Amino acid sequence: MALTSRRSAQGTAAAAPSPSRRRTSRGSGSRGRETVAGWAFISPMLLLLGLFLVIPVAMAAWVSVSDWTGRGSPLASSVSFVGAKNYTTLVSGGGLATQDFGTALRNNAWYVVLVVPLQTALSLFLAVMVNRKILRGRGAFRTAFYFPSVTSSVAITVLFLFLFAASGAVNEVIGALSGSGPNWFADPRGVLHLLLDALGVHQSPAALAGHGFVGISWWDWLAGPSVAMSVFITMAIFTTSGTFMLLFVAALQAISGEVEEAALMDGTSGWQRFRYVTLPMLRPTVFTVVTLGLIGSWQVFDQIYTGTKGGPDKTTLTPAYLSYKSSFESQQWGYGAAIAFVLFAIIVVMTILQRSVLRESDQVPRRKRFVRSVPASTTDQEQR
Amino acid sequence: MSTTTSIRGRQASPAERSATRADRSARRRRTSTITTYVVLITLALVYIYPFLITIATSFKGDAEAVAQPLSLVPQTWSMAAYDRLLLRSDFPLWFRNSVIVTLSVTFGRVLIDSMAGYALARLHFRGRSTVFAGLVAVMAVPGVVLLIPKFLVIKQLGMYDSFAGMIIPLLADAAGIFIMKNFFESIPHSVEEAARIDGAGPFRIYWSIVLPMARPALVTLVILSFQGSWNELSHFIVASQSRDLMTLTKGVAQLASGALSAGSQYPIKLAAAAVMTIPVAVLFFVFQKRLMNVTSGAVKE
Repeated sequence: MALTSRRSAQGTAAAAPSPSRRRTSRGSGSRGRETVAGWAFISPMLLLLGLFLVIPVAMAAWVSVSDWTGRGSPLASSVSFVGAKNYTTLVSGGGLATQDFGTALRNNAWYVVLVVPLQTALSLFLAVMVNRKILRGRGAFRTAFYFPSVTSSVAITVLFLFLFAASGAVNEVIGALSGSGPNWFADPRGVLHLLLDALGVHQSPAALAGHGFVGISWWDWLAGPSVAMSVFITMAIFTTSGTFMLLFVAALQAISGEVEEAALMDGTSGWQRFRYVTLPMLRPTVFTVVTLGLIGSWQVFDQIYTGTKGGPDKTTLTPAYLSYKSSFESQQWGYGAAIAFVLFAIIVVMTILQRSVLRESDQVPRRKRFVRSVPASTTDQEQR
Repeated sequence: MSTTTSIRGRQASPAERSATRADRSARRRRTSTITTYVVLITLALVYIYPFLITIATSFKGDAEAVAQPLSLVPQTWSMAAYDRLLLRSDFPLWFRNSVIVTLSVTFGRVLIDSMAGYALARLHFRGRSTVFAGLVAVMAVPGVVLLIPKFLVIKQLGMYDSFAGMIIPLLADAAGIFIMKNFFESIPHSVEEAARIDGAGPFRIYWSIVLPMARPALVTLVILSFQGSWNELSHFIVASQSRDLMTLTKGVAQLASGALSAGSQYPIKLAAAAVMTIPVAVLFFVFQKRLMNVTSGAVKE
């Protein structure tokens, strides 16, 4: 985004060369006035971003390597430097702090693994459906799908607490289909464990139970999201798919009809056209959606605070909520800040990974990218 | 979807005669259209039905809400939930606080973002590109990570548990600055040139010429800021604790964990959720077209 806007700034300057030349040739008085005005215009922004973004990060960095307990100022002389102790306790201490952190990471990792692909696929599907030219009432459908995205996560969580209550709407539907639903928000059993149980694996193989990572055994890592967490996963997909659908709709509308028409003339089926023509051209948008999804789904807080507070049995604990809880409730500010930084690191690493893939695909020119993704035989015909 | 595919797949075979082919393809298209409608209507129901349930349940009695969670028409209409919520609870206070915070944040953001956006787009000054690079870096910091840090600074500045502490930090909004910067870059230079020749200074040009032209972008900014600050929860949790400063999101979140009601009194909780959704819903329906364009515009830029 930054690159594009800079490029467009240059573009406008090049398109209108005379005013910019006039401006530079004018005396230093006007130039000076513009400098003063420029800094005056951005000073409120600088002050705010400095105070509430830059300084906080620096301060939290200090707290994460200190033994501050929440009393007085973290900058007071009684607070001392403890090095990486908070971090090592979290990651390899082996105590309850490590266990909680590992559990939170496990829960959130499953959340990300399920939410990101599903919301991307669903929003793409909705966009393609809604974008059909023959369709009437496209606006109404778009509105319906987008509406959950504008409502607050608190209101949606309250709603889901009701829908997925033991005797709630969802279980009533399941009951009508002659099944019996679980007590969703009170069920800590992992979905994968349930699946394995159904397949006859009732206990952990010794190899998985004996070894572990960040305080919990591999068997527990493989539990999958708990039934309670699955509700939050469903909720995330429900609330975000509308926004991402709009991103895909915009991208779809940018694809020229000619390309599709050409493919149509070649006698391709609807699915082939989508798979080999539309989808490759949507790649930049897919990457944007995945990136935004990754960033967003590592920051699960509002839902947990409103809904389950981490329960049942800590299976909806997330790093963001754990960071809040250790600081504000347990007064272990060092841990809290350290968790926040680990979370930050996870998000940054994820984004960089994503970006590097994104850049790769951006370097391939649009046309070439299109050709490359089409099977060789079709490509040859088109080239000639 | 899969049916559509297989039907279309047969279309590719060139052996068919043209007359039957046209006939068949018309029928095929009709089938696929119907399939599309069925799928879309089903999905739209899944997306909208929960909200209808919210409204319906808020008019039910406690027992009926649990006994018949799916029905959209209450057997006995009850205003008890609203009565309790609006007349005998702190809910109106929460609403007032949310209004104060949201309006202040929206107004402040419009002013600050448009000024900064204008300077970054149009004024030439030393250090502009450095500031811009900094802005991009700052935007990358995820909000949840800043929870504890923000609390520390707010406390240090003596703003904890006050409207100032709830409002001022929310004014820092890098995304809004981007929107305004992008918009100002699209305005032709000639407009400002004319004013400059007439001797107008940068502030004069910004205030009486450029800002009035920026109405579409300002509306976008107002919508995003309003929605963002109305739905904000985590910042209010760390910035305040007194009952007098409770906002809707915070209040309803506590309600959800059983603050006002013993047991699971769903009607009152869902009534609260419904009322808190109204302002955003109104905004959404009034500016629907623009809101849809905002999100789509973000990609193209």
